Amino acid sequence: MPHQLETRVLLEGAEDPRLATLQGYKDIVGGYATLERAYRDMEQDEVLKSLEDSGLRGRGGAGFSMGKKASFLPRGDMPKYLCCNADESEPGAFKDRELMQRNPHQLIEGIAIAALAAGAGHAFIFIRGEYDAQADVLDAAVAEAYEAGYLGKDILGTHRDLELVVHRGAGAYICGEETALLDALEGKRGNPRLKPPFPAVQGLYGGPTLINNVETLSNVPRIVANGADWFRQWGTEQSPGTKVVSVSGGVRRPGNYEISLGLPTRDLIYELAGGPLPGRSVKAIYPGGSSSPVLTAEEAMDLPYSFEAMAAAGSMLGSGSVIVADDQVSIPHMALRTARFYHHESCGKCAPCREGTNWTVKMLERVVRGEATPMDLDIISSVQENIMGHCLCVLGDSMAMPVAAMVRKFRGEFEEVMAEAAEGIDPHVVVAAPVETLGAAT
Amino acid sequence: MSPVDGAGASNPNLPVDRAVTEGRMPSTDPQQIPELQEVDCPPELRERIETLMSRYPEKNSASIPALWAVQERYGWCTPDGIRQAAAVMRVTPAYLESVASFYDLLHTKPVGTHRIEVCTNISCWMRGGDELLDAFRAAAAGEDVFVTGFECLGACDIAPMACIDQRYFGPLLPGEAETAVGQLLSGDAVLPEKSLEKRPLAGDTHVAGASGGAGDSNDGSAA
Repeated sequence: MPHQLETRVLLEGAEDPRLATLQGYKDIVGGYATLERAYRDMEQDEVLKSLEDSGLRGRGGAGFSMGKKASFLPRGDMPKYLCCNADESEPGAFKDRELMQRNPHQLIEGIAIAALAAGAGHAFIFIRGEYDAQADVLDAAVAEAYEAGYLGKDILGTHRDLELVVHRGAGAYICGEETALLDALEGKRGNPRLKPPFPAVQGLYGGPTLINNVETLSNVPRIVANGADWFRQWGTEQSPGTKVVSVSGGVRRPGNYEISLGLPTRDLIYELAGGPLPGRSVKAIYPGGSSSPVLTAEEAMDLPYSFEAMAAAGSMLGSGSVIVADDQVSIPHMALRTARFYHHESCGKCAPCREGTNWTVKMLERVVRGEATPMDLDIISSVQENIMGHCLCVLGDSMAMPVAAMVRKFRGEFEEVMAEAAEGIDPHVVVAAPVETLGAAT
Repeated sequence: MSPVDGAGASNPNLPVDRAVTEGRMPSTDPQQIPELQEVDCPPELRERIETLMSRYPEKNSASIPALWAVQERYGWCTPDGIRQAAAVMRVTPAYLESVASFYDLLHTKPVGTHRIEVCTNISCWMRGGDELLDAFRAAAAGEDVFVTGFECLGACDIAPMACIDQRYFGPLLPGEAETAVGQLLSGDAVLPEKSLEKRPLAGDTHVAGASGGAGDSNDGSAA
């Protein structure tokens, strides 16, 4: 039995492996009834309206209203596309993996209904290449849905068509950025595009394109079936609904927990995830994946876990992934680890991100090697300020925000680490920089 | 919302680099596209790529799936394999290589028959990912197994974890690396009890220390 603080809506019945099959999805949660009703009896505007009224916010990171996004697509006969963003690559996030593995048909039904709202005739699931097992699950589920007539030509005899392709990426965090995803899907290197034009106007193959996260689309069938008021029984005024939250790092029971938004962060970490490991205490958390500014334990614990509360605290809910750093974790090393990730994943298209991530890594390496002075911390902060808002996409900001927050909130610890590492180093002797010692990727 | 809203568009007199707004188009110089009879493409690979191309409104979309097919056939994206795919897709080999070299999972250099990616990102690092990587490197030394550290694989719940031949396992102790490599080389099922797919939902495991005890035994090793 799940914990009483969990609210399983998207994960309803997910403990049963039969849910991943079409028959199981129908038997356990009454699946595809909404698709049948929507395709047979509902008009585009009706579906759009119920999505807009629900206040469903995008679950991929930006938290933008899903219904509004769908309504931006122009009307007309041009080919339109829907892309499901399943390139979940943000460190700390693993909720989409769970949703796709345990309940692939919920996502397929959501895509089909959202395609109706967007007027799209062609849909894609862009899944990261690492999620091979989950892509296999989706492939099998899509084949079943075609077989049953829920996808393809003339769905259920309604003269409506929808083609759905599962497209595997090949390992690049940047492809989770929506315009980079489009480039990757068009068969190019995954570089972000300048916006505007936004994908809703000019996206895949130049056509209007709706791009939504796995969890956002998984919410669609139930919202259309039960209405906005039903959906708003959970969550807060500005963050309605439930959220699958990935909790990881220094906790006893890391994993995905579906909660009603607005649950106190303390309950999420201590009750659901079991709190810190024995003998340790929480020092800081990333509340919304590695790109969210870190919050100290004192700042975070009493906050409700919602989009607006995290924004008011100077951070963000992002993709809803909490990484807990306990008292054993060295914050400067964590900052370096974070910066290295973004440096590795920067596509190199725009200078602030390419150079900013590169130099941030070099400076943080100097900090942990004891070659830095307190002035370097000011330079690190200033570099972060100059990255923020100056990049083509938000990858640069995604490094700048957490690193700047760590330097600001844990400056004393940075200075300590610097001083400790500097002991015994003679500043007058030039030494070759040591080879990588921290096990960076590749 | 985007910080660069309107850049370029705000001053109509500035030329806009079309590559910036539309993405770079691959070279389509027909001189550089190899003919099918020149490349000796195995029929099953050709069929596979043609099927992949037919799934998309535009054939170039099949470039990543086609490179996956090449990698599956030859173990890595060999220059010959890339030429074969290019001949089938009617694009230049340089274009496919530019795509292959962008992505971490497509290898443009030879790698072993088996591939192990060990996550060393934040959550795994906190729970001993670096030590696990070292253990895998030691266990695979001299074997036909490619081991690399990797950025977040999206399985922080089973940290520290590794992806072994495209399947996830965790939480792992450094001592299990040797077992895993041994099983891999002898063809046995790898660490069946540590497979991600067999794990229940986190909320359904209410045993104390249900995370597998990695945190307790691995000594966080954060600093």
